Amino acid sequence: MSQPAISKHLKVLERAGLVSAARDAQRRPRRLEAKPLGDASEWLEGYRARWEAQFQRLDALLSELQARKTNTHTKTKRGPTKRGRTKSRRRLP
Amino acid sequence: MTKAGALVVTTPSDREILMTRVFGAPRQLVFDAFTKPDLVRRWLLGPDGWTMPVCEIDLRVGGRYRYVWRNEKSGKEMATGGVFRDVAAPARLVNTEKFEDPWYPGEAIVTTTFEEERGRTTVRQSMRLESREIRDGILKSGMESGVERSYERLEEELAAQEAKR
Repeated sequence: MSQPAISKHLKVLERAGLVSAARDAQRRPRRLEAKPLGDASEWLEGYRARWEAQFQRLDALLSELQARKTNTHTKTKRGPTKRGRTKSRRRLP
Repeated sequence: MTKAGALVVTTPSDREILMTRVFGAPRQLVFDAFTKPDLVRRWLLGPDGWTMPVCEIDLRVGGRYRYVWRNEKSGKEMATGGVFRDVAAPARLVNTEKFEDPWYPGEAIVTTTFEEERGRTTVRQSMRLESREIRDGILKSGMESGVERSYERLEEELAAQEAKR
């Protein structure tokens, strides 16, 4: 990688707050700023956890709907109903 | 790989969040659960203690949807809504999303695809934001609400401890 390319990359990282630069005569020693990265991955993990909790509720709903379908086909000729009677009829897989 | 469970979240670009999740059900059923109000309000509830008193979905191109969540304890409400840009049941949905609460300005474009393989359905949902400013706003609000929830939990915990004494 060329020197200008390295400088360009470092500038991008600096703008993103992931690297900071000090000044020492001609040198510009850089320091890695890990906190924003940590914040970002923490945020993503929180986001993932919140959605995963919802999707686990959806898993339960989907198996309930599938059980209802099976029950409707094998036990009664009644079509799908809107009444909340599924809980008592729920079967474990 | 079509193992159910384990949500994967990635950021393909600096303005996009992609969620991938496999469900152990045929895609018509999964699609219904994402688009029929009486099913959506059973699972899209956010953290414990929240309900979804408003869930309106007009599932056609140009149709609108609107969701309102309420915290039963505090009475606090949150709302979001948007317009469907593409509806290809049961394979694909594209909609705009805008939070009414000033969580972030501007809109996001949400694209959801449903792919079935051997009775299991892979859902991929991409949320693409208009600008980096919007993304930064969301990052900020997410952290704040995360902190707020922790405080709420702490409060509950303290109240429980108090009650024990």
